[in-house]
Amino acid sequence: MKKYLNKQLFFETLYKLSIIFASLLLLLIIIFIFFEGVPALKEYGVFKMLFNMSWQPTAHEPSFGLSKMILATIISTLLSLLIAIPIGLLSSVCLVRLVSRKIKNIIMFIVEILAGIPSVIVGFFVLKTIVAFLYQHFYMNIGVSGNSMLAAVFVLALMALPTIITITVKALEAVNPMYTEASLGLGANKIQTIYKVELKAAKSGIMAAIVLGAGRVIGETMAVMLVSGNAINISSNLLLPTRTLTANIATEMSYASGLHQSALYASGIVLFIMIMLINITLLIILNKGGGDNA
Amino acid sequence: MDNIFDIKNLNLWYGSKHALQGINLRINKQSVVALIGPSGCGKSTFLRCLNRMNDLIVNCHIEGSILFNKVNVNSERYDEINLRKKVGMVFQRPNPFPMSIYENVIYGPKCQGITNKKRLDELVESSLKKAALWEDVKDRLNSSALGLSGGQQQRLCIARAIAMEPDVILMDEPTSALDPIATAKIEKLIIELKANYTIIIVTHSMQQAARISDYTAFFLMGELIEYDKTDIIFANPKNKKTEDYITGRFG
Ligand SMILES: Nc1ncnc2c1ncn2[C@@H]1O[C@H](COP(=O)(O)OP(=O)(O)OP(=O)(O)O)[C@@H](O)[C@H]1O
Ligand SMILES: [Mg+2]
Repeated sequence: MKKYLNKQLFFETLYKLSIIFASLLLLLIIIFIFFEGVPALKEYGVFKMLFNMSWQPTAHEPSFGLSKMILATIISTLLSLLIAIPIGLLSSVCLVRLVSRKIKNIIMFIVEILAGIPSVIVGFFVLKTIVAFLYQHFYMNIGVSGNSMLAAVFVLALMALPTIITITVKALEAVNPMYTEASLGLGANKIQTIYKVELKAAKSGIMAAIVLGAGRVIGETMAVMLVSGNAINISSNLLLPTRTLTANIATEMSYASGLHQSALYASGIVLFIMIMLINITLLIILNKGGGDNA
Repeated sequence: MDNIFDIKNLNLWYGSKHALQGINLRINKQSVVALIGPSGCGKSTFLRCLNRMNDLIVNCHIEGSILFNKVNVNSERYDEINLRKKVGMVFQRPNPFPMSIYENVIYGPKCQGITNKKRLDELVESSLKKAALWEDVKDRLNSSALGLSGGQQQRLCIARAIAMEPDVILMDEPTSALDPIATAKIEKLIIELKANYTIIIVTHSMQQAARISDYTAFFLMGELIEYDKTDIIFANPKNKKTEDYITGRFG
């Protein structure tokens, strides 16, 4: 008995320690980026940094306005999710309910491989297909190179899809079959059952899928740099190049120093806050829709 | 009296397992039929044939005819959704949807395209009254059905089935997850519902079968051993196996 208790105590302590360790690590990262970023925020001003359009960190009189890149991140994230969420949900529904188990397993195998492919490779793919296509068809007319916001959006949608599909499929499969039977037993057809019952019962899992997809998209750096043209620019014309916050950090960190470097850390803070905001928003939406789960 | 169901030589296989073997059974309109038998004898399987619920199971193969109001419903050509509108089902574990009480009741009618608010309101009230739940919930129709007690949830599931205005209600051990008081309420309800519906109920309780049913069918290892008036089955069954089972001499 005593031995058993000791063992239990040991594992409980181990679990607690690992949780504390993970939380501490996160806290350390946050403290670190704030510590490094705050000088720039102080010197240049939070408001200016967020809303000034001009980013000229190495000019004689440097300016550190992040707004174009913040917008680029927001727009590329939203547009790519706008593509990835509906496609992801529809294909998940289709995989779980409308195709045979064998086909589902094959496709899920492929999707899981896709989820693990390094983003640069996805970048290559988009470079060779979409960017090349845009170049061929629009270079003559308006002189675009193909490296553009649109290409970035495609890369990001491609990156988000496997995440969204894998998690949504798991959530749909975890829906208690008793809801499905109840619905069919009441004379509902398959489609009604999916939309009125199963998707609702899987809601929290689907939200998680979207949050993780969004996280993946906001944080994506290399593939975006590869296809976005990486020029600081924001325009309603999606065929023009752009640069996201992450791409900016990755591009300039290697040679930045002083206030410039601090400003890059400050953009890290901005990214961090954006991700927090997404999570909180989705949590609120989730709780509003009536807490229920299978 | 009229048959509502006439089952002829029904055989069912789960893969290679022959789970129902040559079942022949007629069910009268507006009666309560109890299906009894030891675990695994095929009661649920048989019940689920009557609203084609086994269609959902891969590898399930069914032969024979199931005449419902003289039409064979065990056929690819017969739309199972039409059948399920007329043959409702109540499950062993109460399974209200994670929605409000009101939405639960109107789920079926809404799927059929009824959207008139007044009509739906009426349906909710009349169905809940028939399921003896109206008094309990009339002030909280918009709160979640998951907040009801187990017995109330089961009556809500019955109300939800009634809202479809079916001819038949199938019940698979509807009281096995409930306490004796909730069970008594449901039994009383079943006897009341008999006036308008045909009820086919699976039960493991001999007393329950004796209390509420007009006819009893005894299943054993996929076969229908005996089917007769409940009084006869319990007073003087013709088959030795039936007698052994109802007197508890059977495993
Ligand atoms: N989906 C299935 N796949 C394969 N075999 C099944 C399936 N469902 C039931 N069976 C088998 O068919 C037989 C009949 O099962 P059924 O559920 O109809 O029994 P039951 O009489 O309802 O039992 P219980 O009283 O325990 O509910 C059992 O041997 C069972 O193992
Ligand atoms: Mg059963």
